[in-house]
Amino acid sequence: MKKDETTIEKKSDVSTFEPKIVAFLCNWCSYAGADLAGVSRFQYPPNIRVIKVPCSGRINPLYIIKALYSGVDGVLVSGCHPGDCHYISGNFYARRKFALLKKFLSYIGIEQERVQFSWVSAAEGARFAQIIEKVVGEIKRLGPLTYFCKD
Amino acid sequence: MKPSEHEIINTVKKLLADKKIDLFIGYEQGTLPLRTSPCFLVNPDDSNKLIWNSFCANNLTVYLSRIMPNGKNKKFKRIGILCKGCDSRSLTGLIREKQIKREDLYIIGISCQGIIDSRKLLPQLNSDEILSIDEDDDSIIVKLKSGEERFKRNHYLYDACLNCAYPTPGEYDMLVRTAKYAPQVSVPDPAVKEFMGKPREERWRIFEHELSKCIRCYACRNVCPNCYCKECFAEQTKPTWFGVTSERSDLLFYHLTRIFHQAGRCVDCGACVRACPMNINLRLFTRMLVDEVKERFGYEPGLSIKEQSVLAAFEIDDKQEFMTEPEKGT
Repeated sequence: MKKDETTIEKKSDVSTFEPKIVAFLCNWCSYAGADLAGVSRFQYPPNIRVIKVPCSGRINPLYIIKALYSGVDGVLVSGCHPGDCHYISGNFYARRKFALLKKFLSYIGIEQERVQFSWVSAAEGARFAQIIEKVVGEIKRLGPLTYFCKD
Repeated sequence: MKPSEHEIINTVKKLLADKKIDLFIGYEQGTLPLRTSPCFLVNPDDSNKLIWNSFCANNLTVYLSRIMPNGKNKKFKRIGILCKGCDSRSLTGLIREKQIKREDLYIIGISCQGIIDSRKLLPQLNSDEILSIDEDDDSIIVKLKSGEERFKRNHYLYDACLNCAYPTPGEYDMLVRTAKYAPQVSVPDPAVKEFMGKPREERWRIFEHELSKCIRCYACRNVCPNCYCKECFAEQTKPTWFGVTSERSDLLFYHLTRIFHQAGRCVDCGACVRACPMNINLRLFTRMLVDEVKERFGYEPGLSIKEQSVLAAFEIDDKQEFMTEPEKGT
């Protein structure tokens, strides 16, 4: 009974809806970029939960599907700009995987804004804040992801 | 006996007798009409069991990684196998992914005219008893108790066969030609295109509806030559990726991941669709990945042993229009 109430509340009140977003950040660029955003005191919405990974190439598409299944409203994966990967080419491989995954998820009917990918370098604190703002805004507009997660 | 069958039997007999191969995998008549079974031969005298017709649906390459785990088997050092066009693409994938060595195989390729879908043909026979089945270039002749009936071959093919661009194997040691081979161009599947045109909510509704039929028998995985992992994510317990129930979200998780594991690897042989006891249209989703990989990377899996798998390679200037950029002016 209690569970039902919370879902109804979640659905009806889109304006105050605060999405939960998992952000997979690579250790060498995007995580440092997020750190810089913090140190530089750039404001961004507090809806992301950061998970540090060694490289964007470390992201198994399974992790993204698992996150959505576990009840988050969106996923962001961020890594070094192409050519700047600490492991030389991890993000190039990742880019191919992401391209197919994003297309596939939107093909089967998951809104394409739910899963996003970006490049953020360690020097781009402001860019990180802007991207988070954009991602959170888009997912807020979509509302909660209710049709895939475990009940 | 058809000349193609004759040719296969003679070759296999000789190969087994000369100890060129230790095992041959082909087809034999199944116990039900319109069905064939995989057949494993070690004795040259059994070769007469082998058949070839338009009902030889199974993708036999699935057995290779089972018989030769880690690419080795002490008893069967060299295996002969009968391959249609699609099977040979699977095989090429297995060789490229280093599951099996090319030199351990003797491949008898056979140019295929398309396989008949018994699920499409059976309802036409009004549950009459089938006495025998024959075929020619463009029709299937079924002798029923009530008389003989001819069926247009093209109307009863598997969906995967309708759009097949490579019915003749690319990789073989010996090729048996059965039909006039007309090379086709692979084009995006019309069903995928149609599905793509639907609104998002409709697409999700169909996806959910199709896959909610699943009873989690894992036949789609077991029958797929690409699914050779020793431990599948579906059965991992540390960590457990998803629940073992047949609840909607667990079913969707399994299928989403299984289908995506086929990205850049699926050769569209249709084995998963044939194996599914619940008639789930899995091909609607796997085929999208085939088309997308071709459109985006200009790559078709299974055509050559030498080329790199699409996800194990990259180009510096791969398209990246899908990446999120900050809004301008902020």
